[in-house]
Amino acid sequence: MQSIICSHHLCLAPPPTVLCNRLLCHRVPSIRLTNHRSATTSLRLFTCAAASKKSEIMAAAKEDGQDPRIPKIASSIRVIPDFPKPGIMFQDITTLLLDTEAFKDTIDIFVERYKGKGISVVAGVEARGFIFGPPIALAIGAKFVPMRKPKKLPGKVISEEYSLEYGTDKIEMHVGAVEPGERAIIIDDLIATGGTLAAAIRLLERVGVKIVECACVIELPELKGREKLGDAPLFILVTSDAA
Amino acid sequence: MFAAENGLKGDPRLEAISAAIRVVPNFPKKGIMFQDITTLLLDHKAFKHTIDIFVDRYKDMQISVVAGVEARGFMFGPSIALAIGAKFVPLRKPGKLPGKVISESYELEYGHDRLEMHVDAVEPLERVIIIDDLVATGGTLSAAISLMESQGAEVVECACVIGLPEVKGQHKLKGKPLYVLVEPSGLDEFC
Repeated sequence: MQSIICSHHLCLAPPPTVLCNRLLCHRVPSIRLTNHRSATTSLRLFTCAAASKKSEIMAAAKEDGQDPRIPKIASSIRVIPDFPKPGIMFQDITTLLLDTEAFKDTIDIFVERYKGKGISVVAGVEARGFIFGPPIALAIGAKFVPMRKPKKLPGKVISEEYSLEYGTDKIEMHVGAVEPGERAIIIDDLIATGGTLAAAIRLLERVGVKIVECACVIELPELKGREKLGDAPLFILVTSDAA
Repeated sequence: MFAAENGLKGDPRLEAISAAIRVVPNFPKKGIMFQDITTLLLDHKAFKHTIDIFVDRYKDMQISVVAGVEARGFMFGPSIALAIGAKFVPLRKPGKLPGKVISESYELEYGHDRLEMHVDAVEPLERVIIIDDLVATGGTLSAAISLMESQGAEVVECACVIGLPEVKGQHKLKGKPLYVLVEPSGLDEFC
């Protein structure tokens, strides 16, 4: 049931999966890249330029069986190097939110997938999960449950700790927000190491909720976040390099 | 201005919205009756009414930007933006937005905070509405208005689900219209 719909298939046929976010394709490769990477980058630049005509992309998407809305969603995401620290290529979804068609398509793809599946809970992880979760919840007739950093929720909460690179953090959910037996999806903009999503899964499972799927716009597969999710499937629209 | 005084008098949706909001006493500190909208988000019908009322109001006003104040503005703004065909622009606490930002400071009860926006998010002459869950003193919304105006955009209205008594009778905030759905819920509506 896991399907990875990756825009990069348009630009590079064989694995390994590398970023083909069209915005990045137009950049000059950074001198931080190793020799291995720079060869791949050259190929990426060439084929991305060739694939930049909309009609070619649509045709490629259909042949691939890929949803034709994906390339526009992928190319609307801005990559910001060295944020929040050197070496990280930050996936900025705020530019997706400025593209009304891409944002609508993103929500539509999730809604089409989850409508009519008996899902009564859409849980969204603070803060970018709050942007994608509620429109999905409204469209499929589910509750929206925010999963928040400590001390933000005013009522009685349950919390779950998870590891950071240095130290730990917690996410919290209101007691009584969900009931045992409910079927839930968990939304965030991106899955990296999977720590936050894994904590969200644990929190919901502790109160007897069934996680139908985790859904993110972007996955950074090198960070192997998928492996932390246990039995919960992961659905994503776009994959990208972590650094 | 409150919705009930502005065309929605007696609208049963407003009562449903008000009833769905939970009051949590003494949060974040003693004496504050915190208006908790998470219970509104659990009530699909009432949440839908909330969005529908805002969408009906703004859909024919040529609004091209819906700006939402972190974090509870994010829970309402995007659904409105999608329904009226506008961009959604998050206004965030410092250090969260990855690109080049402009920022505006505003006063808290003790001290200051800052609100940030990406520099390329809005263009001059764009028509903007700014969304938050609740307006109290109006400090945050005023900072948001300043951010928009610094980019040459026009704030058409600020819109909140809940308006504290300080804003009743106040139709404008920093010269901009303010539209509010309900007054704070009382303790006896605690569910």
